[in-house]
Amino acid sequence: MNDRPFNRRDWASHPPFIDPAYKSTPLRGQTKPLMPIIPGLSELTGPVYGAEAVGPLDSDLTKNGVKDGEPQGERIIVAGRVLDEDGKPQPNTLLEIWQANAAGRYVHHSDQHDAPLDPNFLGAGRCVADENGFYRFTTIKPGAYPWPNHKNAWRPNHIHFSLFGPAFATRLITQMYFPGDPLLELDPIYKSSPEGARERMVAEFSLDVTQELFALGYRFDIVLRGRQATPMET
Amino acid sequence: MTLKQTPSQTVGPYFAYGLTPEQYGYDFKDLASGDLSTAASQGQSIRIEGCVYDGEGNKVPDAMIEIWQADGQGRFAHPADGRGSNTDFKGFGRFGTGTDGHNRFIFDTIKPGAIDQQQAPHISVIVTMRGLLTHTFTRIYFSDEGAANETDPVLSSVDEDRRPTLIAQKQGSTYRFDIHMQGENETVFFDV
Repeated sequence: MNDRPFNRRDWASHPPFIDPAYKSTPLRGQTKPLMPIIPGLSELTGPVYGAEAVGPLDSDLTKNGVKDGEPQGERIIVAGRVLDEDGKPQPNTLLEIWQANAAGRYVHHSDQHDAPLDPNFLGAGRCVADENGFYRFTTIKPGAYPWPNHKNAWRPNHIHFSLFGPAFATRLITQMYFPGDPLLELDPIYKSSPEGARERMVAEFSLDVTQELFALGYRFDIVLRGRQATPMET
Repeated sequence: MTLKQTPSQTVGPYFAYGLTPEQYGYDFKDLASGDLSTAASQGQSIRIEGCVYDGEGNKVPDAMIEIWQADGQGRFAHPADGRGSNTDFKGFGRFGTGTDGHNRFIFDTIKPGAIDQQQAPHISVIVTMRGLLTHTFTRIYFSDEGAANETDPVLSSVDEDRRPTLIAQKQGSTYRFDIHMQGENETVFFDV
């Protein structure tokens, strides 16, 4: 079994804990330096979810919330690969997603945005990447919505992604954005990630993923922490 | 290395129906919950509860806490632990702070056994919330493991005055573990 520890989180890619442009961070981000830790089994292991953990409709958000009809909006396919920094596919990785509906409204009780809920759309899904790291969701393109961060603030269209990877240490929670969205350059959450890195969160339109006469396709590859070159000291 | 890590982003305020749906009353199955124990779990049943506090000392009502731990015998249900858990204990829990009237996270679990001779029993923790752009890692140790805590290599590496932020305080069968994001009692977060 591979027991090499994982590469450090790359702070040239990830946002800082406090970014004043995103106004919820100054009181919620940690402030003291991170404590070094020698990774052990607690860090090199993590929850295991295989294909048996997800239901047959879990990866199709156009079907898993249906009550009495089809959800409204533009059907899309989001597909890609989960890889590590060495380009190695990350098999059997759980991906969980959640998003707003086509009108920019979340099912969440605390979302009070004055846009219609869709009775046939929940906006949550999950799947497990296959043995080569490939995953695929069918969903509805999420709408933009206003938020109270600053005057006339709007979140760009996005889908939230949550992944585990092979261990607790490789956990990643991120957001996928859409190419060409004019709101990206105005969004403090997107821009909290350094320039040169944030672009990796923008999916590519893909004619290969697009399914003829059915739905446009977007390709979104996700890169988790890779493993260090040398084994763990024991 | 040929590729770069995908950046982290905040979990945002609306994670509940995707990640903790049943806990919040949404019609979608939970993959994980605050109840880690199973009928076959062997060990001491415990409850761990606490709140997440922001820099002004206010409770955070939209945080999500995840825990990962060994079973009662100190074994992980993961292939990197060759011993494996043989008690049907998965070891992963997840709980949002938005459903309890006091904004607590609550885990009903089994007290983990020591993984090896050196380490004190502990639980790994991920903290995430709206306003946190990258999740943080901490650990829960137990106040009634004084001798083991004394010699634990990770706990010993932390300044003595900050160590208490990592130790859950036993009150009956419940352990209290509060998480302070900032301030004098800022929880120790690890560079996992």
